[in-house]
Amino acid sequence: MNDQSNLRSPLGRVRGLGSAKDGTHHWWAQRLTALALIPLTIWFVGAVVSLIGADHAAVAAWIASPVVAGLLILLIVATFYHAALGLQVVIEDYVHGEGAKIALLLFVKALTIVLSLSAVLSVLTLLFTRA
Amino acid sequence: MISSNRPLSPHLQVYRPQITSTLSILHRLTGIALAAGTLLLTYWLVAAASGPEAFATAQGLIGSFIGRLLLFGWSIALFYHLCNGIRHLVWDAGYGFEIEAATRSGWMVVGASVVLTLATWALGYAMMGGA
Repeated sequence: MNDQSNLRSPLGRVRGLGSAKDGTHHWWAQRLTALALIPLTIWFVGAVVSLIGADHAAVAAWIASPVVAGLLILLIVATFYHAALGLQVVIEDYVHGEGAKIALLLFVKALTIVLSLSAVLSVLTLLFTRA
Repeated sequence: MISSNRPLSPHLQVYRPQITSTLSILHRLTGIALAAGTLLLTYWLVAAASGPEAFATAQGLIGSFIGRLLLFGWSIALFYHLCNGIRHLVWDAGYGFEIEAATRSGWMVVGASVVLTLATWALGYAMMGGA
């Protein structure tokens, strides 16, 4: 690599971290959650199709099985983590006003935390009240 | 500027759309749409945990014409993002960067998303007995 195309200072290269100070963590987390979501998503879509026409008791009983509840929680966590990372990049790319950018980033972070927590607690409620 | 030999991003107004660039922005757009779709996932789980009445309301909304239209949009967005995400993971592993390979894998992704979406809905309607 020649000096012209290298944007990193020697110190930055030694530390191995970029300007965000977390190195490749964002990139790697986005890929790991993507990988986890391949089987989880296929499983969930298949399950939802098989639940078509099922009433509340049948759906609640399905969610209340420990394996299903566990997979659902993994799906929820991976989905919201992946979505938060992806939306963060979109906001950083297209929102240029510093104030609006920070406000949107915090809003997305807060929203994904609230939604994922609500979803996980719903699964746990069904797991512990229906067992 | 010393970094004149660095690659430039395509200038959208003068850049002819190609299958590769179109699918690239579609990956982002479907990602944003799916992030919005997590609202539905959360609502469905919260309704299931809240009881039969809340769940019946949720099922009624999802089963309505508008609900099914949204669900269809989300399902094709999901399958597209899933298939194209696998394409991205293959690129991350270092394969498929030749122009012909990227074009071919792009059309494969389009075909697979359409087939998977239609197959899922055909299966869903078959489950309902054609209702």
